[in-house]
Amino acid sequence: MSFAIGALAPNFTLPDTYGNATPLRDVDSPVTLVVFTCNHCPYALAWHGRLQAVARDYGPRGVRILQINSNDAERYPRDSAEAMSARVGAGEFASPYLHDATQEVAHAWGAAVTPDVYVLDAEGRLAYHGAPDSDHGDESFAAVWLRDALDAVLGGRPPDPAQTEPVGCSIKWRP
Amino acid sequence: MAPGVELLYWEGCPSHPAALAELLAALAELGRPDVEVTATEITSQAQATQRGFVGSPTLRVGGVDPVPPPPGEPAGLICRLYRLRDGRHSPTPDPADLRDALLRLLPPPTQES
Repeated sequence: MSFAIGALAPNFTLPDTYGNATPLRDVDSPVTLVVFTCNHCPYALAWHGRLQAVARDYGPRGVRILQINSNDAERYPRDSAEAMSARVGAGEFASPYLHDATQEVAHAWGAAVTPDVYVLDAEGRLAYHGAPDSDHGDESFAAVWLRDALDAVLGGRPPDPAQTEPVGCSIKWRP
Repeated sequence: MAPGVELLYWEGCPSHPAALAELLAALAELGRPDVEVTATEITSQAQATQRGFVGSPTLRVGGVDPVPPPPGEPAGLICRLYRLRDGRHSPTPDPADLRDALLRLLPPPTQES
């Protein structure tokens, strides 16, 4: 179960693929976007391009964007730290790709699937949680739910809807 | 009744209803209502290994995977990754690939008197 709309997001600091400790918050960012994703899931990969386009479009507008892989890499080697680094090295990510190796962040946030999208306001309160858009198979949707949510929070308004149903592969928990 | 198509799925992946719908649509398009479709849930790693289940959904036509996975793909409880003909990733096979494979693998319909 994820935390509620309006609630403060659980804090974290996670390493990116270069080993840099990366905190959730940046006091200068009016909005923070957190995406739980991974390397192997067809839903995460189908939405990946749209999410990177969002990162490229909204990063320059001050949105802090963090993508997190929380999957158990022992049972799912495609989600290993090495595989994450390879994808970043290949230029596949438009924002830091963080490794939640202990899965503590995914548990704390109640993330359930990949991709699972969270938008936080300037205070770090949850403003939007759900899917990027309504159809993983149709790129023309362009992550419109997420873009509308970011536009709303940047404009000082609550997103409508504030919540949609995330769709994707279950996060692969450690035994 | 022609040899059937088996849909192997894992409940932890949400793609199997779409896979079943796309399979039935392909069979309808090919005019093959005689083909029996069965669905089998894979519930454990042991069962996945035993059935050579490399992800959900996996189809079998007369025991043959119509869209074969890459060699060495490990069996497991996971969403299966397919590639569409235009290169995009997808949780289900490209409908055109599926239709072509069904045409190739299904025996001709039996003549009924």
